[in-house]
Amino acid sequence: MKENLIKYILGIADNSLILGQRLSELCGHGPSLETDIALTNISLDLLGQTRSYFQYAAKLKGENTTEDDLAFLRKERQYLNALLVEQPNGDFAHTIVRQFLFDGFHLLFLEQLRTCADTQLAAIAEKSIKEVKYHFRFSSEWVKRLGDGTEESHEKMQVAINDLWIFTNELFLMTDAETAMHREGIGVDLESLRADYQEQISEIVEEATLQIPETKYWQKGGKQGIHSEQMGYILADMQYMQRAYPNMQW
Amino acid sequence: MEATVFIEDSLRKILASVSDPEIPVLSIMDMGVVREAKLENGIAKIKITPTYSGCPAMDVIGDDIKSALKNEGFDSKIELVLSPAWTTDWITEKGRKDLEAYGIAAPLDADSDKAALLGNKRVVKCTNCGSQNTKMVSQFGSTACKALFQCEDCLEPFDYFKCLK
Ligand SMILES: [Zn+2]
Repeated sequence: MKENLIKYILGIADNSLILGQRLSELCGHGPSLETDIALTNISLDLLGQTRSYFQYAAKLKGENTTEDDLAFLRKERQYLNALLVEQPNGDFAHTIVRQFLFDGFHLLFLEQLRTCADTQLAAIAEKSIKEVKYHFRFSSEWVKRLGDGTEESHEKMQVAINDLWIFTNELFLMTDAETAMHREGIGVDLESLRADYQEQISEIVEEATLQIPETKYWQKGGKQGIHSEQMGYILADMQYMQRAYPNMQW
Repeated sequence: MEATVFIEDSLRKILASVSDPEIPVLSIMDMGVVREAKLENGIAKIKITPTYSGCPAMDVIGDDIKSALKNEGFDSKIELVLSPAWTTDWITEKGRKDLEAYGIAAPLDADSDKAALLGNKRVVKCTNCGSQNTKMVSQFGSTACKALFQCEDCLEPFDYFKCLK
């Protein structure tokens, strides 16, 4: 039970950690000052949420584990985030579409997690929902504005959706830890979110005059620790200081 | 969500002297982040809650509370609590006035807030001239809790403290 709970928490946390890390790469490099600030604010929210999850997981783990150990000292295959969030920022269309596809899922997920039997996870979810609502509003607005924008912006957005849609199915596939936690009344039944996700995303995509591509093959693996080639680069960047100067502190 | 907050009388004034490092005019008591303050065997036990999960001010606030209490002879223990989650409803009337005087528009109710942030309605008042003829420049401002607005009458750019419920 405890092992599965820790794994479950890490899975949730890693999605926020890796997406937060990705967005932080844009700090000072956003396409305009306002979007730069927005994306880094979203990054900060996600990293803040990650800290709450890691602090909880570290406490459950005991043996003097700290949140930093969990963030910086695991090996690639021990990270349990979905493949979607590790995909590169690409152009602004890719950054926004990745955000949009994740935010839609994240909000539905947290709304369920808020009612779960684990009071600490429920509290983190309740806190996070308020922030993620703003994220989803932000990314949805940009999807509409760029999709229903110029010919060029429309085309770039469609390319981004075509590229990233194949990563969405994995969000709803239950790992063993997730299934076990669902049985304990803690884990969210991911399959049950699928229909709502499809509906909400389609509605906005349609309003943006874009299309969800037909897909026969889906990418998966991140939630089992089998990542895309992108992950190594993220970790190299993220873990550098702790690897070069073990136990260093700010 | 309404939550009753117990604050020991002897600690109240000390806590009120601590301010948000990012909005120095706003006392943490008026911001509503102190959720409990009691004395146990001479030690001040303080519970604070973050405004936003990633709010970098929380660590500083914790340290500032500790040193303010120390100056008045109290040892303290600070605990960060997440539930119930902070909402802008917990900002006091005085806190709202202090925000406005500092040049930050105070949060509106949830419906007006949404309308303002989606650009559907001009309801956020300029902190410089009071005009409602204002437009949103960016949904995210200098910190996660604020959005950036500009007045179309006096052209003043200003922050709006977003409603969080
Ligand atoms: Zn004005």
